[in-house]
Amino acid sequence: MKLALRDVTKRFGTLVANDRISLTVESGEIHGLLGENGAGKSTLMNVLYGLYQADEGEILLDDKPVHFRDPGDAIAAGIGMVHQHFMLVPVFTVAENVMLGHEATGRFGILDIDAARKRVREISDRFGFHLDPDALVENLPVGIQQRVEIVKALSRDARVLVLDEPTAVLTPQETDDLMQIMRQLKESGTAIIFITHKLREIREAADRITVIRRGAVVGEPPPSASNAELAAMMVGRPVELTVHKDPAQPGPAALTVRDLRVTDDDGHVHVDGVSFEIRRGEVLGVAGVQGNGQTELTEALLGLQAHVEGSMVLDDVELRGRSVRRVLDAGVGFIPEDRQGEGLVGEFSIAENMMLNRSHGKPFVSLGTVQQRALNAFAQERLDQYDIRASGIDQHAAQLSGGNQQKVIVARELSRDLRLLVAAQPTRGVDVGSIEFIHKQIVATRDSGVPVLLVSTELDEIVALSDRIMVLYRGRVVGIVPAGTPRETLGLMMAGEQPEGSAA
Amino acid sequence: MSEDTKPPAPEAERPPEEEQQKIVVARLATTRELLREITTGPVMTAFLSLVLAMVVGSVMILFTDEHVRSTAGYIGARPSDFFDAVWTSISGAYEAMFRGAIYNSEGLDFQARIRPITETLNFAAPLIMAGLGVGLAFRAGLFNIGGRGQMLLAGAGAGWVAINVDAPTAIHLPLAIIAGMVVGGLWGGLAGLLKARTGAHEVIVTIMLNYVGYYLVFFALSEQNILQQKGSINPKSAPMPDSAVLPKLLGVRFNLHAGIILALVAVAVTWWLLNRSAWGYRFRAVGANPSAARAAGIDVGRTYTTVMLIAGGLVGLAGVNQVLGTVTSGVSVDLDAGIGFDAITVALLGRSRPLGILAAGLLFGAFKAGGFAMQASENIPVDIVLVIQSLIVLFIAAPPLVKAIFRIPVKEAA
Repeated sequence: MKLALRDVTKRFGTLVANDRISLTVESGEIHGLLGENGAGKSTLMNVLYGLYQADEGEILLDDKPVHFRDPGDAIAAGIGMVHQHFMLVPVFTVAENVMLGHEATGRFGILDIDAARKRVREISDRFGFHLDPDALVENLPVGIQQRVEIVKALSRDARVLVLDEPTAVLTPQETDDLMQIMRQLKESGTAIIFITHKLREIREAADRITVIRRGAVVGEPPPSASNAELAAMMVGRPVELTVHKDPAQPGPAALTVRDLRVTDDDGHVHVDGVSFEIRRGEVLGVAGVQGNGQTELTEALLGLQAHVEGSMVLDDVELRGRSVRRVLDAGVGFIPEDRQGEGLVGEFSIAENMMLNRSHGKPFVSLGTVQQRALNAFAQERLDQYDIRASGIDQHAAQLSGGNQQKVIVARELSRDLRLLVAAQPTRGVDVGSIEFIHKQIVATRDSGVPVLLVSTELDEIVALSDRIMVLYRGRVVGIVPAGTPRETLGLMMAGEQPEGSAA
Repeated sequence: MSEDTKPPAPEAERPPEEEQQKIVVARLATTRELLREITTGPVMTAFLSLVLAMVVGSVMILFTDEHVRSTAGYIGARPSDFFDAVWTSISGAYEAMFRGAIYNSEGLDFQARIRPITETLNFAAPLIMAGLGVGLAFRAGLFNIGGRGQMLLAGAGAGWVAINVDAPTAIHLPLAIIAGMVVGGLWGGLAGLLKARTGAHEVIVTIMLNYVGYYLVFFALSEQNILQQKGSINPKSAPMPDSAVLPKLLGVRFNLHAGIILALVAVAVTWWLLNRSAWGYRFRAVGANPSAARAAGIDVGRTYTTVMLIAGGLVGLAGVNQVLGTVTSGVSVDLDAGIGFDAITVALLGRSRPLGILAAGLLFGAFKAGGFAMQASENIPVDIVLVIQSLIVLFIAAPPLVKAIFRIPVKEAA
């Protein structure tokens, strides 16, 4: 089946999310859709999937115009979508999830679960998915859950499969497996639209590439294009992809963590006996697939976790048991992983956000009164210095793009006298230009002698910035290895395998 | 309403220099966005809710009007009769309301003519005070439904000091006022403390504390050695001594007392607290995003307690206003007169901004004063005013409804 989008335009008020976008995908082809966050990729796919109605333009299937009023229409026409966030019921089995939405029933309305089981086995065998139809989805690893989503789409006879940022939650090995699956699907005649912002993956998998920037198609480079060419096209200007940094000049140990154990209210252990140290002027990268204890580790350091055992000593100061405020006062800078949830107050102005962790005294508060003039001057200075694109310091943080929001946080944290910087996912959902900037700031912080704990699920980021890499798996340290460790080794470690000679 | 109604400027990204065309488009878009923000923002919603509520109120006035109903019976034959009746009924009703609330042109002398506006101010004062208490809690993300209990306790506290302390006015009156605010604050702070320490939801706690407070005050008023008037068997205290009564502002012919001045001071102080002080900054941060506040080292639990202390004090001031100003014949359990709950409406209509609350309090004060006149002269049940007030809240609480009725475009999520 051939799918063509022709001059699709979608507006939200005055914002043009998709501006006359055209693309074609033939059966047996992988079409890569490349663009930064907010470029309009997801909007376009939601138009295709019937979630939004296009204001102009048309969708053609096998050269016949079609009109989807809702996802049901799109599914019936043979379009399948695997969302970035899975749409699965965790307490249902694989077969139950696959039949959800088009349940076949026997006499007296009894669910025909056997038919669904058979269908799962059939598709699973055809592509070598190794899926157990009776396994509960909540017990499956993320990579396997994604296969369930794919089987779900295929079981509805999807001929066009849309994969929206499918690798965001996968380990490098799982990503390789997914690429393999995509190739098999392609050979069996499925047309695939592969949405991503990762250059490496798109070059590896795609037969054709369409690059979108600010809602419009800016180019259709061949897959042989270089990373630099693709990045420049995606961002609109040449981008430095590698982080320039001098070798670390580590000083004495600054942060020493011993036997850290973090438990939640229900008694589940999230961080289990973690020990490490970071020296001055050194970046320790924490690698791992999302959900392996990284969040709890950083929150424990900040005093945000309730049940913490072990010790965390920063320059002879025990951080454990301190309130968040006293941890910050001890000189800890924190870039939280959930920017909008924990980093900013969306309805506060940029200036107000700049004093979020300094509302108790100098320099912004005196005699219980906010010093507007000092705050505004400070905010204006940082706005210029960090190249934060905004209409002014009075603009609400919620109205900024992800990259600029993150710059506000980075500016706030790096403006204090730091003894430790904890950066969790500092560039998640941030445009390439801002990534470049934030990375430079992190390296500069390291070079000024501050120890940095960098947590990221993007292996590229860890490799680019870290001086040493600690890999977490299920709350335990798999190993702490030097920066030059091959990606394959790191990938295996992220899956919990202890490589030889790398014991912590 | 100059306070924090900063003009929103939603263009997040400045377009790069080479795209001159796009800058022009972006500028246009900014202006349009700005206009749309203003027209679709909460101020407009509040105003439209008011208009809508008065329209629906008009329909209800018509239903209660005998003459309108009878002319509707032969509307086919003489429609003009019907429309005349409709016009007379509605214009009469709102005219009566105006006469009762603002200026009575039929008054015999000047004092009688301006008397309505002074009544409005008197009704408005406690609504503004309590509205500030509820609104302040809203800004910190808390629903203070405990206005009734806080007012009763504060009134009892102020009454106790007024009766049991003997001092010249310059000391006696401030002492009684402060005592009332402190008691009200502690009652509110209790709810905040329970939320901070145990996570108990403040809505449940404040509602239940209303009952506890009511019966506590009832008990105090029934005990000879606590608050009950000596030799009386009614649950009521002795009248307030003159040295602890808020002075009348315009002489004995008017009821207006110094409560409205206290209300204005409370507006100013609350405005400063919210918009200029470090405490207010933290209140707003906790209200807007408690997780971010916590991660930035703000003690969310302590903030909840502090906010409820101050909110209780402000609501308590309304109780003081009643006991020492409006009804000086003695503390009783009905001193709150529904103000504790009306304050929620006032805070909502005022969008929890001090100046908005001032405006909403004055409006509701006018409704109260005008409602009585409406009933007296036009025979329209005073309940219609309550209906209008309730409808305002209903429309405000359901902004999509108002937006749909007035066909204001709703932003689609991108």
